[in-house]
Amino acid sequence: MTSYREVIADRDVVVCCGTGGVGKTTIAAATAMAAAAMGRRAAVVTIDPAKRLADALGITELGNDATIIEGPWPGTLGALMLDTKATFDDVVRRHATDDAQVERIFANRFYHNISTSLSGTQDYMAVEKLSQLHSSGDWDLVVVDTPPTRDALAFLEAPKLLTRLLDNAIYKLLISPGGGILRAVNRAASTVVRQLSRVVGAEVVDDAIEFFQTFQGMEQGFRDRADAMLRLLAADETTFVLIASPRSDTISEARYFVNRLGKADLAVGAVIVNRMLPSLSVDAARAVVLRDELAGGPLAGAAIALADHAAAAAGDDARVAELTAAVPEAVVARVPLLPGDVHDVDTLRRIAELLTAD
Amino acid sequence: MDPGQFFASSRVLIVAGKGGVGKTTASATLALAAARTGRSVLLVEVAGRSATAPMFGAAPQGYEERAVFDHVDGGSVRCRSITPDEALVEWLSTHGFGRIARRMARTGILEIVATATPGIKDLLVLGRIKALEQQRVADLIIVDAPAAGHAVQFLQAPSGVRDTARAGVLNRQAVEVMEMLDDPRRCRAMLVSIPEETPVNELIETAFAVEDRVGLALGPVIINGILPAIEGLDAVDASAALLATEAADLRLAADLRRNRMALQAEQLDRLADRLPLAQLRLPQLFTHTIGPDELTHLADEATSSIETLKGWA
Repeated sequence: MTSYREVIADRDVVVCCGTGGVGKTTIAAATAMAAAAMGRRAAVVTIDPAKRLADALGITELGNDATIIEGPWPGTLGALMLDTKATFDDVVRRHATDDAQVERIFANRFYHNISTSLSGTQDYMAVEKLSQLHSSGDWDLVVVDTPPTRDALAFLEAPKLLTRLLDNAIYKLLISPGGGILRAVNRAASTVVRQLSRVVGAEVVDDAIEFFQTFQGMEQGFRDRADAMLRLLAADETTFVLIASPRSDTISEARYFVNRLGKADLAVGAVIVNRMLPSLSVDAARAVVLRDELAGGPLAGAAIALADHAAAAAGDDARVAELTAAVPEAVVARVPLLPGDVHDVDTLRRIAELLTAD
Repeated sequence: MDPGQFFASSRVLIVAGKGGVGKTTASATLALAAARTGRSVLLVEVAGRSATAPMFGAAPQGYEERAVFDHVDGGSVRCRSITPDEALVEWLSTHGFGRIARRMARTGILEIVATATPGIKDLLVLGRIKALEQQRVADLIIVDAPAAGHAVQFLQAPSGVRDTARAGVLNRQAVEVMEMLDDPRRCRAMLVSIPEETPVNELIETAFAVEDRVGLALGPVIINGILPAIEGLDAVDASAALLATEAADLRLAADLRRNRMALQAEQLDRLADRLPLAQLRLPQLFTHTIGPDELTHLADEATSSIETLKGWA
């Protein structure tokens, strides 16, 4: 791959990662739009987009199906705002043995916590939704925005969120039937349960036990699904795109991401640096000379602006160079700082063009 | 307002804001400004990062405290990090659960507990801060709150846990932390943003949510990255004096700065209009990194900005 254009043309799944505040959702949407402009059928899964961006995309509420966005592109563009709870409920329905099991799970408070507020649930359901869209055959490319997190691995580990709980030693103790040779094990379990009840209260423990008992029979379905999702994330048709801004704190977070992805043997396919200052022909040193020479004259103000700009741009360039050196294989695309926020389709199209310009 | 009085108003300041708004820099700036009024300050990072100590020119800190600044008037800054896992083991140990703490760690039961009681990790971090506050380990504790997710979620964790774990020692912990959050003499939040549209919208939403849903008192908001005003950016005609490329650069830089200044003014006006809180403004720096010199400059600006305040908020 030599350009982001090729990445968008070639891959089937693009995972956009990066910390919050770098314009990740905007870049994810522009990526899907660029694919549609190439004639592909592209869908973007967004997570908690800024309201005006969601409005621009015509997605005003959480949904399970992609909304088609009409526009002057030869391909198809779809977008949806991830509904974590509804997606989770769907997965439970799909794996349940009967309706009664579904009802019991939905009524359980422990399940309610897992499906709404557990850290990692959003990531888990984002991967689930991405897998669904990918395997539906309706889309050539699925672009997924990831929840703002510091740890890239949170997303990669998300498919195992539930099975990890099921592999927990305590879970095995809790659900083992009483009597026989298991009696000693259960005594150990009840000691733990008693101590746990003193910490969090008996109700909480009861909910957890009930959840695990109710869950029996669905485990294999969840395990197989998790394995399939992990295979998709590691597949050749999937690529990870790291989005950063040139600010020092986001660059250091981006380098941390690269590190973590590397530890999982996953490569960053592309780095998008958003909000770059426009480049100048003078360097920072010359700009300072000009500022001093022009001080007191009619160009003094412009010269101060130039010196500030050149100093900031030099810092940005140096930090971006550090980041790209850490990912020598990745293609790099730079998007200039735009005046104001992005909340209309025309601006998104402009970003899509900038992303794919050679 | 006298900066000494400002920093004496609460024992804990929670500095909160979305990612990318310079929350950590703002926390370090406040810590330095407070230390220069003669206070001992403990600066706490909670998101598993250790970015503040290097701003003072020291090596990154860990769970142990690191002294990073001493002032002639006796003020000082120490940095430390708090992670939920460390806070949990420490909390269980000090509540007579030394053995279960180890056992919980060994069996992976922590994960089940964390799943059963959402918000437990945030609660434990806040609980550790409450313990430090009650031990009076410093005159002022400044907390660099986590950036992922929303500040409101972090601050609502105690009431969430109180409602989930309705009995047990965890419930008591939640109630004690809520008492701290409810008392402005003990704790206040300062929200951070930058003068751009989406961050300003989020700041306004967060401010109302924190007051309504958490009951935590808010201090002035911190607006980071303010572009300093420059005169004479209009109608730049440099063609006579300079090379054509340099003249073009001057025009480009002047136009961009003028546009950004206009957008900034618009957002600051909108913020003042929608959110009745005082603003502490910190300038945009054009340097590569933030070290002791830059931090000193920011602390000077913060101090003069505090001097112009009429009172808290």
